[in-house]
Amino acid sequence: MSNQYSNRSGIVKVIFLTIGVLFVLRLSMLQLFDKEYKEKAKNQSLRNVTQYPARGLMYDRNGELLVYNEAVYDLMVIPRMVKDLDTDYFCQAVGITREGFDERMEKAYKYSPYSASIFMKQISKEDFGRWESVLYRFKGFYVSKRTLRLYGKPIAAHVLGYVGEVNEKDLEEDSYYKRGDYIGKSGLEKSYERELRGLKGKKIMHVDVHNREIGPYMHGQMDTMPLEGMNLYTTIDSELQEYAETVMANKRGCIVAIEPSTGEVLTLLSAPCYDPNLLVGRIRGENFKRLNDDIAKPLFNRALQAQYPPGSIFKVAQAMIALHLGVITPTTGFVCDKVIGCHGHPSARTVQEAIKMSCNPYFYYTYRRVIQQGKYKNAAKDSQYGLTVWHDYMLRFGFGQQLGIDLPNVKGGNIPDTSFYNKWYGKNRWSFITIYSNSIGQGEVEVVPLQMANLACIVANRGYYYTPHLVRYYGPDSIKNPAFYQRHETGIERQYFDIAARGMYDVVHGAGGTAHKADVPGLDVCGKTGTAENYGNDHSVFIAFAPRDNPKIAVAVYVENAQGGGGTWAAPIASLIIEKYINGEVKRKEFERYYTEVNPCQKLPLTRRIKKVRKR
Amino acid sequence: MATTATTEQKHFDWLAIGLYAGLVLFGWVNIYAACYNEMHPSIFDFAAQHGKQLLWISIAFLVAICILFIQPRFFSNASYIIYGVVLLLLVATLFIGTVTNGGQSWIDFGAFKLQPSEFAKFATALVLAKYISAIDLDLTLPRTKLTLLALTAVPAGLILLQHDTGSALVFLAFVLAFFREGLSQYILLVGVLAIALFVAALLVNKYLLMGIVLAICLMYLFVWLSKRTSKNYWHTLWFFLACCLFISLVDFTFDNVLGSHQRDRIYVLLGKVEDPQGVGYNVDQAKIAIGSGGLAGKGFLNGTITKADFVPEQETDFIFCTVGEEWGFVGGVVVVAAYVILLIHLISMAERQRSTFARFYGYSVASILFFHFFINIGMVLGLVPVIGIPLPFFSYGGSSLIAFTMLLFVFIRQDADRNALF
Repeated sequence: MSNQYSNRSGIVKVIFLTIGVLFVLRLSMLQLFDKEYKEKAKNQSLRNVTQYPARGLMYDRNGELLVYNEAVYDLMVIPRMVKDLDTDYFCQAVGITREGFDERMEKAYKYSPYSASIFMKQISKEDFGRWESVLYRFKGFYVSKRTLRLYGKPIAAHVLGYVGEVNEKDLEEDSYYKRGDYIGKSGLEKSYERELRGLKGKKIMHVDVHNREIGPYMHGQMDTMPLEGMNLYTTIDSELQEYAETVMANKRGCIVAIEPSTGEVLTLLSAPCYDPNLLVGRIRGENFKRLNDDIAKPLFNRALQAQYPPGSIFKVAQAMIALHLGVITPTTGFVCDKVIGCHGHPSARTVQEAIKMSCNPYFYYTYRRVIQQGKYKNAAKDSQYGLTVWHDYMLRFGFGQQLGIDLPNVKGGNIPDTSFYNKWYGKNRWSFITIYSNSIGQGEVEVVPLQMANLACIVANRGYYYTPHLVRYYGPDSIKNPAFYQRHETGIERQYFDIAARGMYDVVHGAGGTAHKADVPGLDVCGKTGTAENYGNDHSVFIAFAPRDNPKIAVAVYVENAQGGGGTWAAPIASLIIEKYINGEVKRKEFERYYTEVNPCQKLPLTRRIKKVRKR
Repeated sequence: MATTATTEQKHFDWLAIGLYAGLVLFGWVNIYAACYNEMHPSIFDFAAQHGKQLLWISIAFLVAICILFIQPRFFSNASYIIYGVVLLLLVATLFIGTVTNGGQSWIDFGAFKLQPSEFAKFATALVLAKYISAIDLDLTLPRTKLTLLALTAVPAGLILLQHDTGSALVFLAFVLAFFREGLSQYILLVGVLAIALFVAALLVNKYLLMGIVLAICLMYLFVWLSKRTSKNYWHTLWFFLACCLFISLVDFTFDNVLGSHQRDRIYVLLGKVEDPQGVGYNVDQAKIAIGSGGLAGKGFLNGTITKADFVPEQETDFIFCTVGEEWGFVGGVVVVAAYVILLIHLISMAERQRSTFARFYGYSVASILFFHFFINIGMVLGLVPVIGIPLPFFSYGGSSLIAFTMLLFVFIRQDADRNALF
């Protein structure tokens, strides 16, 4: 029965033939008649050119340029398009060996035969200029303009951070990045990456058979302009930063200086410092390795990441909390009975004297009153209550938490709470007598230098602080981060901070004070010494602010493994910083020369030994 | 093979075999050109696609020769088994298949990857031919029609589940083979009409389109029709309502049934969006590549656009670009002509078969090859939306080459025996 439809074979054949004819007509249109495709085809060869935006610049608080860009060129290759290449001539022109050429070519092929990859990166303007005129002879090669970071002064490496090529993780996390792109790896470069990087643009170009760009594809309709990165206007005082780095040049330690009334960081350094220009461009890899292997750990940002027991400086905060809780009064006195080790000094009759003399037993008894307030009969329960109240106030001082500074990788230190000790000793298995070391800033308490500088700010402000920050505003619209303009209150009365300030004034000026070396005539420096226990010699620590009324600067100075306590090394250095900032120059030339040249830090590597507790 | 002349070999259709071999070899030449690499010009580089294709071609030729030595009855007897095995492979692909270009259609055997969907067309053609050739089959029964539909739809559905829409659409080709066996011509007309309405609905306002359809209906009734019966009125009314329903469903289908890339491809074809760097990129570059070929082409290995890989997938689905660019209008016409001659010749061959099995199978072969030919070259020329299916015998790919070879040579073998069977 099927054969009744055999005439349908004709219909099917006609369909086949029709489509064939249609295709032939279409082919003739495309290939023979249509001018549009002919014209397009004549110069057809498109090249996707990524247009890299200039990365945002960074300025210091006085408008001085800290970070800027320099143009360099990446030689790009699309392996499939490489044709008729006189390899020897090419190698000679570009300045590579034949082996180097093969190796790079192989790598480019492996990445992709069709898409562009970097053949040679970061060629200086001068080098490129030498063979720019013959580039057209190298089919498949072209250059892409990039920018490199340059630093006007070799300072503030830890603050500014550095820029490097994206790694696998970056590529995975943000599809904006393509292999070979740059990204902020540390410092402000990292925390403000999104603001600084801008937006890449894209240009599609027609390229003729001679590999010359002859014009935009589709009249540039498909192109996107790169959007420049936003500039950062930082709070750094580059003159002070440079000075501080000079003073710390041959030492280990760190300095943080903050303007108390705003929380703006004037100077932040970690010594040994390094020249940020070392981590730029083709020399970066080698230098990075060298810095990374250095046992003095120059890449480690001590100001934000080194967690030390705060030592005696902590006593200022202890006194404030005790006064506020009413467990002592400004005129409470305790006999220096050496219940814990102390140095020879008369017994303190007031809080002010206790701060001046840094009396250990005084703060032992003060802390006991804070922790054991007598709310519960059971000492363990009572201590839990007391510790909870104390912990709460300590957090208000910015301790025990990251301070929210606009830099990456900030440590928060440690202020132990009840759950901390419950985990350590067991619930109800600890009380004041177990944890009394906290009273003098030992034991389980840990802070980072930034938090210490912040404590100086709190006393300077008599009870509050602004989150320390490094960027005032950014971009053409001067965008500000509202979090930096929010006042953090400790909730403790101003009058008690006046006592603390007077005590700290006496530390520098009074009889029996521990830091007379911090005195700058006419500046009313207030300070507090401390020692951070450590392997090797203790770190010498000093916090200060000046002047006593309407303070302009608060500073924390750490000198690592320096024999003699805070008053010996950190205090005089702090005084130099304060004098430099407020007076603009240091008049005490001999004093300046001595403390700049001296190196009190123990030589590395240190042998491991644990020092016995000794407080000053 | 030619030296050992037996009676059977005299009947081999050398025109079909010659066209096949010509297309395969010319295809390889273009694959070689498409992945030609000055640094490694070796033909036998098995890491490169042209090297691998050489291996696939050898295997395909071997398969072809084997098939010519197998008794033709074998395939009709084994059709259900082959069909079953392929269905199992298709199901297995859903679970153990590897994903390439968004489709999960490959089974990885380590040394090589198999694409069962390519063999599904061959198996389905066999099984449909077997079923339809049963002596006591009544094609008018709904049961028969449903069975035929099911035999076609099951593999197509499984391929659809692999997200390989293009390969699934190929099963529409059987409509042509069914048409030869008596499928109503109205189904073809309805199909063409549906496509036309679909395109029209996307291009113009749907109420305007309904108005146009109404106008045509009225013209039909009152101008062209000499005798108006109530039956005519009703038919025209039903026709109009069906058209309206279809038109109003187009938007819904377009937005909810099709994937976004499919929508984009259709929009690009209709010129509703221009995005030469995005979805329209392939087609735009393909047209430029072909256009640049001119009358005589740029010459072997001299293509610049296909060489620089402006055209993605140029070894596989866009291989015709290389032909257009390097061999020009002449080369393009030769290839198109070769396909049309082969297709028409296959129909003639099918018509000279005595068995329903061989005839239907022959029609299936021609229909499947035609569908691929139409969609693939149409896509490259910017006439149909981008649907990723290979050009038979031409495109790079082992599974597709071997499957098409089997498809064609089983028919050539049937044809050689057309007189001996009875």
